[in-house]
Amino acid sequence: MRSVSDVLMEGGVLIAAMTTALILLSSTWISAYLTKGKIPGPAIAIFAGLVLAYAGGMVTGGNHGIADVSLFSGFAVLGGSLLRDFTVVATAMGARFAEMKKAGLAGLLSLGLGVLVSFAVGAMLAVMMGYDDVKSMTTIGAGACTFIVGPVTGSAIDASSEVIALSIAAGVVKSIIVTIATPWAARHIGLNNPQSAMVFGGLIGTTSGVTAGLAATDPKLVPYGAITATFYTGLGCLLCPSVFYVLLQWILG
Amino acid sequence: MMIYGVALLAACFLTGRMIGEWLGQLIGIEANVGGVGFSMILLILVTQWLHHKDRLKLQTETGILFWSNLYIPVIVAMSAIQDVNGAISSGMIAVLAGIIPTAVCFLLVPRLAQMSQRKAEITSKP
Repeated sequence: MRSVSDVLMEGGVLIAAMTTALILLSSTWISAYLTKGKIPGPAIAIFAGLVLAYAGGMVTGGNHGIADVSLFSGFAVLGGSLLRDFTVVATAMGARFAEMKKAGLAGLLSLGLGVLVSFAVGAMLAVMMGYDDVKSMTTIGAGACTFIVGPVTGSAIDASSEVIALSIAAGVVKSIIVTIATPWAARHIGLNNPQSAMVFGGLIGTTSGVTAGLAATDPKLVPYGAITATFYTGLGCLLCPSVFYVLLQWILG
Repeated sequence: MMIYGVALLAACFLTGRMIGEWLGQLIGIEANVGGVGFSMILLILVTQWLHHKDRLKLQTETGILFWSNLYIPVIVAMSAIQDVNGAISSGMIAVLAGIIPTAVCFLLVPRLAQMSQRKAEITSKP
């Protein structure tokens, strides 16, 4: 006789889907009745997801949030990069090519500027906190771009594993902060049309943060932000361990 | 049939991903460069073309919209598998390097957005 938990475990993804539905249901309710619609339902749900991840990490000591709790292992599939990218691409159905072309040059410029500014400010912070060798500065600056650019750069230039871990953490902090701060900041930075969403995606770049933040702000903006953000990590991986690293070496000569 | 829509979406997704992978190899980095972006552009172009030819059946469209609607639940699930503890416990430098550069970039959004929007719907200042 198999136990109930064995049967439940087999339906891992389905359990994750049901749990997510429950989170969205209660978030929609909280949004409507407790915040009078001031905080959007998805924003509350995403925050609840982060809290769940924190709880999962506390209980198991692992680093995959709630997915480390065996009953909820299906979250790794439902929230994994395959389904994330697949559903993001599907949102393009609602996007208009003409709107995207309008952002053209500004979209491109935002990408370059986004990587450069994050890297430069990140590297400066590294120096101020005592990480003043070029490899550590470069890696932490890269981590300020995204949690993929950090470790890719760090291992390319042979930085210490402690610094690489820091760069990943910085990238994760960034994606969480963007998720939480976007709906709140949207009004102040004019984030209410396809063009500003594209610029936003290019400047911020962390795909998970940008798409989650925009989903919480206005789901219609998601495809526009995603389309520029998707180039950011690649550009970061290209520039940080090469041009920026050499440039820093030269400056600190 | 709905499955046609799913197949169309999958085809665009995989093609875009291959372009991204190929572009990554071309410039010599171990990353997918813009795969999702290429997929999205492909999907927009293909569906617009089909629409224009009046070949995009409602059922087919449903196969794509289904996934599009699952987007927010997937993002909620994604938040639930982040390493929140790791991010918080890695110390000040990780938290600062995550927040401060991001804040600077947030402030740049209205500046650049104005460039693309001469008509400027932007009323509020940063």
